[in-house]
Amino acid sequence: MKMIKLLWLSGITCNANTHSFLNYPFIEQFLNDFEFIYHPVLDSSYTLQEIVSNEIECDVLLIEGSISPEFQRADVSIEDIIRKYAPKVQKIVTVGTCATFGGIFSQSDYKDVTGLHFDKEQKNQKFENLFDKTISISGCPIHPEILVNTLYAIKGDIALRLDNFLRPKEFYAYTVHNGCVRNEYFEYKVDAHQFGELEGCMFYDHGCQAPFTHASCNKILWNEVNSKTRVGLPCFGCTEPTFPKANLFTTKKNMGVPENLPLGVGKRVYLTLAGITKAFKIPRLEKKLLDD
Amino acid sequence: MTSKKQLKKELIIQSALELFASKGFYSTTIPDIASSVKISVGSMYNYFTSKDVLAKEIIKYISLYLGNKLQNINEEKISTEEKTKKIVEVYFKTASLKPEMIDYFLRIYLSNREVFKNGCEGMICVNEFVTEIMIYFEEGVRCGDLRDQDFFSAFGLFMGYLGGMVFLKGEEILPKALDTYIDDISYNIYKALSK
Repeated sequence: MKMIKLLWLSGITCNANTHSFLNYPFIEQFLNDFEFIYHPVLDSSYTLQEIVSNEIECDVLLIEGSISPEFQRADVSIEDIIRKYAPKVQKIVTVGTCATFGGIFSQSDYKDVTGLHFDKEQKNQKFENLFDKTISISGCPIHPEILVNTLYAIKGDIALRLDNFLRPKEFYAYTVHNGCVRNEYFEYKVDAHQFGELEGCMFYDHGCQAPFTHASCNKILWNEVNSKTRVGLPCFGCTEPTFPKANLFTTKKNMGVPENLPLGVGKRVYLTLAGITKAFKIPRLEKKLLDD
Repeated sequence: MTSKKQLKKELIIQSALELFASKGFYSTTIPDIASSVKISVGSMYNYFTSKDVLAKEIIKYISLYLGNKLQNINEEKISTEEKTKKIVEVYFKTASLKPEMIDYFLRIYLSNREVFKNGCEGMICVNEFVTEIMIYFEEGVRCGDLRDQDFFSAFGLFMGYLGGMVFLKGEEILPKALDTYIDDISYNIYKALSK
């Protein structure tokens, strides 16, 4: 199979997606199958200066970080670099929530900071002509396996079905709640959670956004072993256009009712079910799992 | 269940409700209820296997009745202040037109917890009603009309107040008709819960 040439372009970023990508467990195999014509950290075939001054052959443009018309790389506007390479490549991949939705750098001092196609939920007009060739891999940071699997799908000419934000449904049609080992506590409304402990659901009081966040964190585990919710930390909703929200460790409630409910569940349905489960105390779920 | 049987069941519920509310739970017998709907004691058991089961069905019936009324109010595009008044109106109207319903809630359901402890845990048997009150509160806070607070501190203020007024009416202590208090009570409740 032909070697796929990748250009990893950094916008306004903390490089967390780069670091996350380096944790891909089979990176050596990956680097045998793909060639970086430029990557900010890995050895690459060309320098950034060469990338911006010439037109190097490339198959996939990866964009990490938010975009602003003011922001430059190698003294060239990031938007101009995108305009130069975008028409030549087969696919564009926005790597991370900043490149996809603007993310945390939307709050930076640069002017008009957005993602490539979205300013939070709002669609941008600027690069509309590139919309059909873009795939969004949101996350803060991206899950390395999801990025890599997407790139292998591009390499293998496998058509990925995308959601409205251009995220592959294969990875983003689920919620983080799917596969969470605390589901039993969720079902019976047992929160009473201390961060880092095995017991309790974090949706009711501790800010967990898993039931309304699209991602596969509890299906494709991080470093092949764990996830935030498994280890006892709430999901921060980092794959969503609304990321980052404030007060990530507390559940926003109105008169005791969570403001954000599990995806697609109506308020009346939720309250009816919650009213029933709340009426019962299940001693097994109130106790510690290992130490009585 | 056939619609004929369903109708008969509702008739039994309504008659039992009136008897329980007026004579009390323990003083009302299954034969009393059977004779009020003109069926035999034996066939009563085809509908309800015991007096306790019937008692639980009645509270669910009341909850559903009031819950439906409140759902209609919640679905109207009106301010929280207007919703508050409409809820008070519905509650007092029910207390006036169907006094047995509110009496049953106050004098049977709340006063004979031993009958309801199995099968009506927590608020299960009044779920429809409580759910609508929760939605009214949640939407009130969300749109900025009501102050955020613990659900029960708000619920107690609202329902305790209304229940207390209906109780006073039942004891014939209130000098005026319930509906003459609607404006003042709605104003007081909204004032207490709003920002």
